[in-house]
Amino acid sequence: MKKILALLMVLCLVLSMAACGDNKDGSKKIKVGMVTDVGGVNDKSFNQTSWEGLQALAKEDSSFEVKYLESKTDADYQTNINTFIDEKYDLIICVGYMLASATMEAAKANPNQKFAIIDDSTCADLPNVACLMFAQEQASYLVGLVAGSVTKSKTVGYVQGMVSDTMNLFGIGFISGVLAACPDATVLQFNANKFDDIAGGQTAAKNMITKGADVIYHAAGGTGIGVIQACDEEGIWAIGVDTDQASLAPDHVITSAMKRVDVASQDIAKAVKNGTFKAGIHTYDLSNSGVDLAPTRTHIPADVLTKVQQAMEDIKNGKLKVPTTVAECPQFTLK
Amino acid sequence: MKKKSFMEILTSNRFLQILLSILLGFLVGAIFLIIMGISVGDAYGKLVSSVTSVKGISYVIVYATAYIMTGLSVAFSFKTGVFNIGAEGQFVMGSMGAAVVGILFKDLPSAVLIPLCFLAAMIAGAVWGIIVGFLKTKWGINEVLAMIMFNWIAFYLSNFIAGIPAIHNDGSAEATKTISDNARTLLSPELRTKLDLAPTANWGILVGIAAMLIVWYIIEKTTLGYELKAVGANRFAAEYGGIGVNKSILTALAISGALAGLGGALQVMGMGGRISIFTGQEGYGFAGIVVALIGCSNPFGVLAAGLFYGALIYGGSKLTLVGAPTQLTSVIIGTVVFFIAISIIFERFKGGLRSRKNIALRKEMESLDKAKSPEENNKEEAVK
Repeated sequence: MKKILALLMVLCLVLSMAACGDNKDGSKKIKVGMVTDVGGVNDKSFNQTSWEGLQALAKEDSSFEVKYLESKTDADYQTNINTFIDEKYDLIICVGYMLASATMEAAKANPNQKFAIIDDSTCADLPNVACLMFAQEQASYLVGLVAGSVTKSKTVGYVQGMVSDTMNLFGIGFISGVLAACPDATVLQFNANKFDDIAGGQTAAKNMITKGADVIYHAAGGTGIGVIQACDEEGIWAIGVDTDQASLAPDHVITSAMKRVDVASQDIAKAVKNGTFKAGIHTYDLSNSGVDLAPTRTHIPADVLTKVQQAMEDIKNGKLKVPTTVAECPQFTLK
Repeated sequence: MKKKSFMEILTSNRFLQILLSILLGFLVGAIFLIIMGISVGDAYGKLVSSVTSVKGISYVIVYATAYIMTGLSVAFSFKTGVFNIGAEGQFVMGSMGAAVVGILFKDLPSAVLIPLCFLAAMIAGAVWGIIVGFLKTKWGINEVLAMIMFNWIAFYLSNFIAGIPAIHNDGSAEATKTISDNARTLLSPELRTKLDLAPTANWGILVGIAAMLIVWYIIEKTTLGYELKAVGANRFAAEYGGIGVNKSILTALAISGALAGLGGALQVMGMGGRISIFTGQEGYGFAGIVVALIGCSNPFGVLAAGLFYGALIYGGSKLTLVGAPTQLTSVIIGTVVFFIAISIIFERFKGGLRSRKNIALRKEMESLDKAKSPEENNKEEAVK
């Protein structure tokens, strides 16, 4: 009995000692906190990309201190945002539109706290929130062109993680791109309704391959990893999303539709440091390299690449407008 | 009188076993931290400092409320010989029930709306439990398998309901609308700022404590509780004694489901305010299994275990600020469960040794063992 008591006392002592020792350096640092959505920081998608961007920023400029908090459930968003507020962070970056209402509530309650939110524009009216928006349909259009150009069976596949206005932009852009390159192509579409179902992604991709698809694009987070695996096994082309996913299957990922969440996060953090933080909508598209084709381009035939680069120029100078609504792209059928 | 050895005290005192398991959990966590090259003091310091301020404590209570309810639900089912692994689904159904009422009847005054939400949640949870109970009593379908599947049915049903236009969020978020302010159990903003409490501080914990007392009363003081326990101890003996086994199982699952459902209501009315379209199970029900295990299936133990679990989850969420992974809490909780499970096995092993001295005693132990086995087996399954 005494032994246990003694052990407990020691633990208490250690813990209470540990609880002291805080605040090491007094120099003024720009503290940037990032709150992930439920995907977590290793989602191989926008949470991870923006965290990597912030880490890179902190590495090159030591006046930045960057930290992240992971959300496990929908209710954690508010808690995590408030943790950063309590710890007096200079900027809180909320990753993903799921954090919109928690961000709005916190931004209203703390008007002097600067926020940035990725992929949401509903907070644009608040004087302390920067909304970082991406033209995902533009990047999807470009990979659609690639898919439409390299398909031999004139059948391509598309797996989406969830049906919503934001997510649909991926599909609408992609299908428009495919049809621009190959007007009589069939686009097989599937809504996985899940972002973390690797096995489900594999099944969906294999079904499409059975039906003749020889290029498959996904906008489905973790589910998409399954799509890429299936394409790798069956030896057909896969197209990645958000980040350069070539590393997942170097021989079969032909390209990826990149969303430079890292650049956007770095930009807004720098703006806070320089005192040029601006609330409202910041749009990232082809013209400011906010979206792009992945840098790995070895598998893309030269003529296709020329075609894609031409389309990039056309989009940048306004000659080509990528559809953003289902009405402009009736072939998009996911509901 | 002979002085008892350390081992003897340990095998006889459940409370000490659990305390030691928790201690070992932190120790193993520390080993992992050292392997990863992270300061143990920093990580555990953050864990402790974030839950010891007034604000921290209010957060812990907010987080713990849901875990206490699912813990009570699972503990109640343990006592009655069924293993409610379906608390996850019942929790989801309960929170959706409360949310639907809280969204559709948004103009009702709080005094009517809040009880109505609680009722809807309890009914939704209870129904989810009863369906499985019915499958079990009518056709003998294993309740564990049925419940695991019902968790997924609840998951997708919740996603479906959240997608209905009348319920779905007006903005871009993939979630339900936020429930009416009249249905929220939040403390008043003045009180929250005055005491420097969490923005989500609510009085749901009082409902949790009331539920705990009711569960304790049912189990310990009523005929119903006696019958349920008898069925849990030995189904056949209970039936021989004239207790309606099927009715007892249905009642147990209904109450257990209602508790988990109420937990869902407290979560959405206090902390969440809305339900997102799930991309993965949120795990409140599964956490309830751990809480029930740490709390020895005793209602008061569950309250303490729920607070402990809530503190780990809330404190753990801040670990990344000191460079430690949040998964550390999973390591700690996993280890605690592991050692508690081991201590159960160890007890049985000790029993076997002692009985070898006396054959008569051994026989008695064996019959006791048999009588206890459904409950024990369930506990071991919970660990898996």
